[in-house]
Parts: sequence; structure tokens; C-alpha cells
Amino acid sequence: MKPPSPAVAAMPVLVVEGLERAFGGVRAVDGVSFTVASGERVALIGPNGAGKTTCFNLIDGQLTPDEGRVTIGGTDVTARPTRERARRGVGRTFQVAASFASMTVRENVALAIAAHEGATASPVGAGLGAYDARADALLARVGAAELAGEHAAILAYGDLKRVELALALAGEPRLLLMDEPTAGMAPRERGAMMDVVSALVRERSIALLFTEHDMDVVFAHADRIVVLDRGRILARGAPDAIRADRRVQEAYLGTDDDTPTDR
Amino acid sequence: MTAAAYAVQFVNGLASASSLFLVAAGLTLIFGVTRVVNFAHGSFFMLGAYAAWSIGDALAGIPGAGAGGFVLAVAGATLAAAVLGALVEVTLLKRLYAAPELLQLTATFAVVLIVRDATLAAWGAEDRLGPRVPGLDEGVALGTRSIAEYDLFLIVVGLLVLAGLTLLVRRTRFGVLVRAAAENRAMVAALGVDQAKLYTAVFALGAGLAGMAGALQLPREPANLGMDLAVVAEAFVVTVVGGLGSIPGAFVAAMVIGLVKALCIALGTVDVAGVAIAFPKLTLVAEFVVMAIVLAIRPQGFFGATLTLPASTPLPEQRALVVDPGRREAWVAAAIVAAFVALPLLSDEYARILATDIAIATLFAASLRLLLGPAGLTSFGHAAYFGVGAYAAALAFKQGAPMGAALVAAPLAALVAAIAFGWFCVRLSGVYLAMLTLAFAQITWSIVFQWDAVTGGSNGLIGLWPPESLADRTRYSWFAVAIVAVAMFALSRIAASPFGRALRGARDSAARAESIGLDVRRLQWTAFALAGAFAGLAGGLYAFSKGSISPETLAIPRSVDGLVMVLLGGLNATFGPVIGASLFTWGQDALSRATDFWRAGLGVAILAIVLAVPHGLGGVLASAIVRRRGR
Repeated sequence: MKPPSPAVAAMPVLVVEGLERAFGGVRAVDGVSFTVASGERVALIGPNGAGKTTCFNLIDGQLTPDEGRVTIGGTDVTARPTRERARRGVGRTFQVAASFASMTVRENVALAIAAHEGATASPVGAGLGAYDARADALLARVGAAELAGEHAAILAYGDLKRVELALALAGEPRLLLMDEPTAGMAPRERGAMMDVVSALVRERSIALLFTEHDMDVVFAHADRIVVLDRGRILARGAPDAIRADRRVQEAYLGTDDDTPTDR
Repeated sequence: MTAAAYAVQFVNGLASASSLFLVAAGLTLIFGVTRVVNFAHGSFFMLGAYAAWSIGDALAGIPGAGAGGFVLAVAGATLAAAVLGALVEVTLLKRLYAAPELLQLTATFAVVLIVRDATLAAWGAEDRLGPRVPGLDEGVALGTRSIAEYDLFLIVVGLLVLAGLTLLVRRTRFGVLVRAAAENRAMVAALGVDQAKLYTAVFALGAGLAGMAGALQLPREPANLGMDLAVVAEAFVVTVVGGLGSIPGAFVAAMVIGLVKALCIALGTVDVAGVAIAFPKLTLVAEFVVMAIVLAIRPQGFFGATLTLPASTPLPEQRALVVDPGRREAWVAAAIVAAFVALPLLSDEYARILATDIAIATLFAASLRLLLGPAGLTSFGHAAYFGVGAYAAALAFKQGAPMGAALVAAPLAALVAAIAFGWFCVRLSGVYLAMLTLAFAQITWSIVFQWDAVTGGSNGLIGLWPPESLADRTRYSWFAVAIVAVAMFALSRIAASPFGRALRGARDSAARAESIGLDVRRLQWTAFALAGAFAGLAGGLYAFSKGSISPETLAIPRSVDGLVMVLLGGLNATFGPVIGASLFTWGQDALSRATDFWRAGLGVAILAIVLAVPHGLGGVLASAIVRRRGR
């Protein structure tokens, strides 16, 4: 293992140690360790089936690892459910964007803010209108102000991705997990989306872990890159070092005409 | 009890299990291939029994028909059921394969109603007892007891069918297709197999097995009109316990349940810690308890293939934008209440009763809608909470409590039941959830039905009349309408509350809900408990409006009535429950006055709703309004 960078040693928001998870006979994630510090943007890349989404699901608690540990903000959360990790400051966007289909975009975000503040238990209280203004502000911050009144079920996919970012931000996350944040977006939209994300990471000292198939996005927006291949870490380091790494080129980047795409 | 007596019960239990296996094997085969849980499966069983009776009756005049006549009767009944099954598949189920399971279950229940009345028309209301089978009508001596030859014969038939089906599935091309379809339907279609024919064939085979089981049951039990639901409920239990889609699973589960029931009978009344427990009275309860335990520990059943529960197929309305009621709706609500208050004054005794019935049905439907709508939980056993409320009110009243106190006891008792059952239910989804809710409803029904000393058994409880001040029908109607109005207001507040919004979020996307910190299960559990409590209140009001209650109060048809009312009114329409309850209650009443075959009429109406307006009339109305407002 390479020595961690000073920033990571100082302030690791996410620590993943020896993570293993098998499905049937397939070891989807096989001994993965890395850290993400606050204000740091780490890209998790690798070919299809490398274990990226499984890693995400292990980190946010949708899956429990067979072996290994997940520590968030110094607390071991390996056995804790997703909702508890969310309360500890984990925000997430999904590979296949997920929103609340029966609500408007504003109501989506208002619910996420209310959930973060523990204000969703009352079966008799008034609705969530009190959160509308904050929801609108958050939507404006991700460049989706004009979507506030739209029905979430009929959004264009790129718009949905931005709404998802707002949903993830509603919990004031320390750690933001973004599974393919720009999938389904037009090339120009992608840059704009990642610019917003990068700015937020700086402003709010968020630790960002994201997967992405668009290598331009990865090299432009990652401070560090972790390369997964068949469940194992193949390489890790700064974008330039990864770009130059022969093993990575062979396993993944090598053939330009065979650019990996996701389902 | 002697060893011989135990052995007799043991064989009897296995014989019943064998018969049940035949029914369940067909059900599970159909589910495995088509993914449809066929409520009408018991109807094929019932038809098989009646058909066998008729064939046997016709052949009885021919001298020397004997055992050959029995064979012919069984073969004819099997064939008849298979043909009818194919017919039902081609005309109805083909249209429903892509539909949400709630609509599939409801539509196949409509078939139950239609077949029931067709049977009534063809064979009449009295039971039809078949003759004993020549050559199998004696007993095999065992000590002082004897084992019926026919029971042994049934066990052999069960084993033969198991072997035959196993060979069919494992060794034939048809079996390969069945297995492939069970694993990946798209792949079978891609292979160029005529999927439509495969489905029809599987459905005919399953229905034929049910018909055969019905015919074979005839020498043990007369053909009667209650067979369909009784056997399908048991077959549900067996298929779920065995693992949906698994034939060996159905066999093992049938045997386990058959033996548990035999054990209950054999144990007799036992003193446990000073309390006399009459085990023979627990037979109906036992199988559903087995099912609840298995589902709680191993949701996929003994041999179920998947560990991950399939998510519910959402109703289209569950993705529609929900607009919380506002000022306009408040005015409409006030107008509706005014109409309910005025109705008894303007009309006769009949309208007074109908107004009360509609008000109570509205509350029942609205409580169920909380589950189907915001919570997204498919319940097929909501009558349990209605019934628990009714019985709790009645029992409290019988103990000397005033009506007011009894009406407090009703929702509380239902709340407790819903909290207990809900704990298990919210761990499941989709078809499994629907079947578990049904199982709990059947447990409750069985307890009420068999616990004579407390619940009055099948006779129920009588003499539940409101106090003098409310004895007048008009006054009681107003009283009921007032309580229902308050409860409806509370339900609409719950749906619009932060909790209601979070609940809807959990339904829309469980993964997203968890990732923003919501506890999906707890939300659903709370909704289940609340829905149960409101249904219980409706049940309490019902008890005092009728003056008597019986196990019918919590039987399967009432659960389905609630579902139809909700579907009729639409999941999202603000006044869906009152629209659905009014149309349903009035329609059912008018139908039952017009014809003895009102069930068939109801069945046809249900099919029309499911096939033509799955969004419900309320949904149609709501979207028309939305269009007019230009939103």
C-alpha cells in the first residue's frame, strides 16, 4: 500500500478496510481498502462488473459486507442500516436515479430536509410546506430551480440527476456518494453538473466518492482515483499517475474504440 | 389415546395432505410459469367435485359400472376442469399478466364469484354426497381401529402425481419450457416458443389437477358451495410454505400441515398449566400459524428459489402526482356530510339503513386505502381488523360496557391485532405480503369460528343494540355518519401529514427513502397499525348498526369488498372511498334484491372495473377534473 496523503491522514471522513462481499460464487468486492477525506474528490473507476456499485452499496449500508469494516466520521457503521448512516451524514445518488414519483420536485426535496431533521414522525401535523423555501434554495444551488413545481415522475433523466443531487444534499452530508452522476446526460450538461458538485465539495468540505464512465469527467474532477478490477484494487493515485499506469491501460483504458459504457 | 388411534389419525392426515397437494401443485405450477396467484383455483376443485358427482350419478344406473364408473367420473371431472381452466386463461388471465398483483388477485376472485353462482345454478344449493368407491370402501384393521382403504388410496395417488409431475418437469420438452419460463420469461419468448400456448397448457394442467383433487375428495366430503374458498385458502398456505413455484415444496408443505392438523386432532383436549386447550379446535388455526412462522423465518418458503423478495408491481396510480385536499375539497366534504344527514329524513327505512351501511363501508374502504395508497401495501385480509373491531365491541358490550366504551374498545383491539400481524407483514412485499395478510385474516376468522364459548362460533353474537337515545335508525345513522366524518377527516390529515408524506416516499422508492434517513419498515408498520385501528372503528359501528355479528364479518369476501371499493373509488381521488363505498354498497344491495345470482353480477362488475377502468371511477373523475383545470 502507498502511504496515505497528508490530507487523508488528517481528516478521513470515510475509511474502508478489507471490504469483501460475494454473491453466490462471485466475489464482487474482494479486499478493498481506501479512504476519502473531507474536501476530497475520489473517483472509483473500473470496467463493468468491477464491483463499483457493490462497493457503494456496502458503504451506504444497502449491503452488509462478508468481511471488512466501514468507518464514517470515526464511527464503525459496518453493521448499521442505511438510514442511520444517512443520519450520520452520508448522502447518495443512485446509478438508476431514484426519486419520489408521486410528488413534485419541491416536495421531494422538502421531504428529504424534513427527514434529515427528524420531522417526519407526526401523523397529525401540518404538511411539509414549511420546508418549501429551503427546498427551493437547494434546488437553485444545483441549478434546478425551474424544476421545483414539476412532477418528479415525468422528469427528463438529466433533470432527475440534478434533483437527486439536491436530495442527497438535503441531509447536509459529510460524505457524498454519487453512482454515475452524469450518466444519461448530454456532454455539456455533464461538465456543468460536475462543476456544481466540485464547488459544493469545496464550499462545504464534503468528502466525495463517485463512479463515472466518462473519463473526461473523471480526469477533470477527481483529486484521486481508485481503479477496481474484478473486485480488487488495481491501482490508485493522482489522475496523471493513473493515466500513465500501464496496468490500468491494459485492463480498462487501453482500447479507445471499446469505451466502457454501463447498462 | 392408543398408538393405533394415533396411527389412524396419522393416515387420515396424510390422505388429506395428499388431496391438498394435488390442488397446491396446480396452483404452484401456474404461479411458477405465469406469476399469477390464482384465487379461482379452489373453484376448479369445487367444479371437479360437482362434475364427478354428476358423472357418477349418470353412470349409477348402469349395472356393473362399479369402480370403472369412479375412474370415469374422476377422468371426466379432470378434463372438465382443465377445459374450463384453459378457457379462463385465454379469455381473462392473458389480459392480466402484466398487471399489478392486486388486480390479478381481485380479477381471479371475480371468477370465484361467477363460478360459485354458476355452480349454484347448475347443481342447486344442497350438498351432493358421492357414493363410496367399490373396492376401496372398507377399512384395514389396526388393533381396535381401522384405517380407511380410500385414505391409503389417496396417499398413493398423491405420490403418483408427485412422481408424474417431477418426471414431466424434469424429463420432457414441456418440462424444460416450464422450468425456463419460471426462471426467465423473456428468454423463453426469445427462444421462439409460443409463450401463449405454453401458458394456456400450464393453466389447463393446473386446473385439471385441482378438478381431479375435487373429484377424488367426493367420497370423503360432499360437494358443497363453500369448498372453493376453503380449499384455496389452504392451498395458498401450502404453496407459500413450500415456496411459490416449487412442486416438491408443495408436497412437503402439504404433508407437514396435514400432520400438524392430525396431531391437533389426536392430542384432544390437553391441560397446559391449568388451562384446558382443545387442540381439535385449533386445526383451522394451525395451518395458518405454520404459514406465518415459515414466512417470518424463511419468506421464500421451504423450496422457494429467490432470497430477494420481488417488489410489488405498482399500480399506475401510485406514480400519479398526489395533490393534498384543500379548501374546495373541504366544501365538497361538508356537502357530502349534509347529504348523508338529509338522506334518512327524506326517505324510507331502507334508505336509512343504506346510509348507515355506506358510511361504515366508506370508513372501512378509507382505512384500506391508507394501506394500498400511501403505504403501497397490498392487503388481502383487511376484514380481520374490521372483524376484530366488531367482535371487541360486541364482547365489551356483552360484558356490560356501554356502547360508547365498546366503540373505544373496537379500534383499540384492532390496533393491537394490526400491530401484532403488521410486524410480520411489513417484512414482505408483493404477492407474499398479500398472502400473509390473507393468512392472518383466516387465522382470525378461524379463531372466531371455532371459539364457540366466547364468540358464539358460527352463530355469532346477537343483541347488540344501541342505547335508547340512539335506537332510532335515523339517529343511529347520524351518529355513525358523525363518527365516520371525524375519522375520515383524521385519515385525510394523516395522509397529508409529515408522516403520510414520508410513508408515500417509502412507497415510491424504498432505497431513496432509506438513504435520506427514513425507517421504511417502521413507517409501514405504523400505517398498518393505523389502518387496522380505523377498520376496527368501522367494525364497531357495524356491530351496533346490525344488532348482531357473525364470522362473515371477517371472512375473505369482506376483504375483497374493501378492495373493490378502493379500486372503484381510485387510490388518489380525495373522495374515492365514499364514491367506491356508495356505488359498491348500493349496487350490491340492488343486485341482491334483483337476483339470487348477485355474486355472479358482482364478479362481472369487478372484472369490468379491473379490465376497463383500473384507475377506478374516482381516478377517472379526478383526471377529468385535472384536465379541465388545464394542469
